[in-house]
Amino acid sequence: MNAKRNKGERPPKTPRKPGKVKGKVKSATKMARTMLGRVIMGRHANGMRRVAITGMGTVNALGRDVPSTLEAMREGRCGIGPLDFRDVDRLAIRIGGQVRDWEAETYFNRQQIVLYDKFTQFTLLAAREAVAQSGLVFEGELGLRSGVVLGTAAGGMNTWDENYRTVYEEGKNRVHPFVVPKLMNNAACSHLSMEYGLLGPSFTVATACASSNHAMGLAFNMVRSGAATVMLTGGSEAMLCFGGVKAWEGLRVMSKDACRPFSATRNGMVQGEGAGVFVFEDWEHAVARGADILAEVVGFSMSADAQDIVMPSAIGAERTITGAMLDAHMRPDEVGYINAHGTGTAANDKTECAAVAHAFGHHADRLMISSTKSMHGHLIGGTGAVELLACIMALRDGVIAPTIGYEEPDPECALDVVPNEAREARVEAVLSNAFAFGGLNAVIALRKA
Amino acid sequence: MTEIRDRIIQIIAEQAMLDPSELKLEMSPQEIGIDSLGLVESIFAIEEAFDISVPFNANEPEKSDFDISTLGAIIGAVEKLVAEKA
Repeated sequence: MNAKRNKGERPPKTPRKPGKVKGKVKSATKMARTMLGRVIMGRHANGMRRVAITGMGTVNALGRDVPSTLEAMREGRCGIGPLDFRDVDRLAIRIGGQVRDWEAETYFNRQQIVLYDKFTQFTLLAAREAVAQSGLVFEGELGLRSGVVLGTAAGGMNTWDENYRTVYEEGKNRVHPFVVPKLMNNAACSHLSMEYGLLGPSFTVATACASSNHAMGLAFNMVRSGAATVMLTGGSEAMLCFGGVKAWEGLRVMSKDACRPFSATRNGMVQGEGAGVFVFEDWEHAVARGADILAEVVGFSMSADAQDIVMPSAIGAERTITGAMLDAHMRPDEVGYINAHGTGTAANDKTECAAVAHAFGHHADRLMISSTKSMHGHLIGGTGAVELLACIMALRDGVIAPTIGYEEPDPECALDVVPNEAREARVEAVLSNAFAFGGLNAVIALRKA
Repeated sequence: MTEIRDRIIQIIAEQAMLDPSELKLEMSPQEIGIDSLGLVESIFAIEEAFDISVPFNANEPEKSDFDISTLGAIIGAVEKLVAEKA
């Protein structure tokens, strides 16, 4: 099944029957439905491959694996608490979704630790879980046809911070020889390729808070187009150190007490840290080896607001949400759940709700939208990856993760935000939103497998 | 006190790319032409100039203890913070 993929292998396009087209102009929805009808086995009629998720892994403030994270989401548990690191007393913001009591020695040996910044450590641990679940072994042809695309906003921030401290504060004139390979944004991606022998297309994308959605969208398109058979994808962030939080403090958008997305009482975002890694696999390849398919990735859209370096745009968000549904050949009324960007800032939440209201019309009042950042914090470049877990839980387990910390309705966020308690619901299709600083938007669409 | 006032006017005028003489005490930041990002930057400049810490959260500017409704209000609030420091 994973042998050569020649163009000739693809099924010939079936000519469109004129009788099936009503009227001269087909609406996007009609076109989408026609396309959907043409999914044959693991391929779309246009030769594009279907994309299965066959593994998932994570480390974040809620847990060090997927089961504990999903359990926390089901229980509406908050992973945000007092920050614990050097010089925290010099910060005005002292809370975050920190991975507590992290000891790298538990997972890695000395030689590895000198090369792995915390963002790489989180990535590798998450990948171990994801790859183990998928059951894949990347040998021979499969290794050549598999790669890694990861997102991170700041890469090895802890390494920057520690070494600046060494030279500026402590006045030393020598730093460890591996500072550069440790802090570079592609370090996690490269170590992942080495760990599993992934020899195909591999790179890292940095689009602030949308990084891992962009990464997963690119991985999806690479598998869909046939450029790769398997892609490890997701993202990671480890910015919870003195310099990292101090920088965010300056913008004055951080909350000192809690992340309360969509609540009238919200007063800002709270940072988190961790990673999420997924195995995106050619559907036919997954079916042929009898893999457990967790969900299907069906659409992706990205766009730029081209407007403001920090303020979001409802039009940009709406265009991207609609774009993801079109790419997925998905009707708006099929979407049962959206994992919101939902940062808990005044600007994001009302803009995002306006975008959803416009994109879905009447259906906006029937779908559920929640922000799990209220529990794990905002993982910046890794956030979309951890949030995709909530999407998969919705599809696979029929459990919608709540928006916790919700205190008071905001008329500008008048949607069903699944306040405070998880809900059981059957959903067939979901979206995951990410709208980054700099106006870069990325939305992913999934369907139940 | 006029020293504080003049310094703040200078900071705000610089941010708005206006001449200090064009600013009036009853003008709001919006009227002066300062958006939310400009306001955050102005407050940073004020903190640096007077070595004070201004309690300001961009998510709920109206709820902050620090009144930013007009230029005059900002000056009054800074004078209070400077006095508290002394």
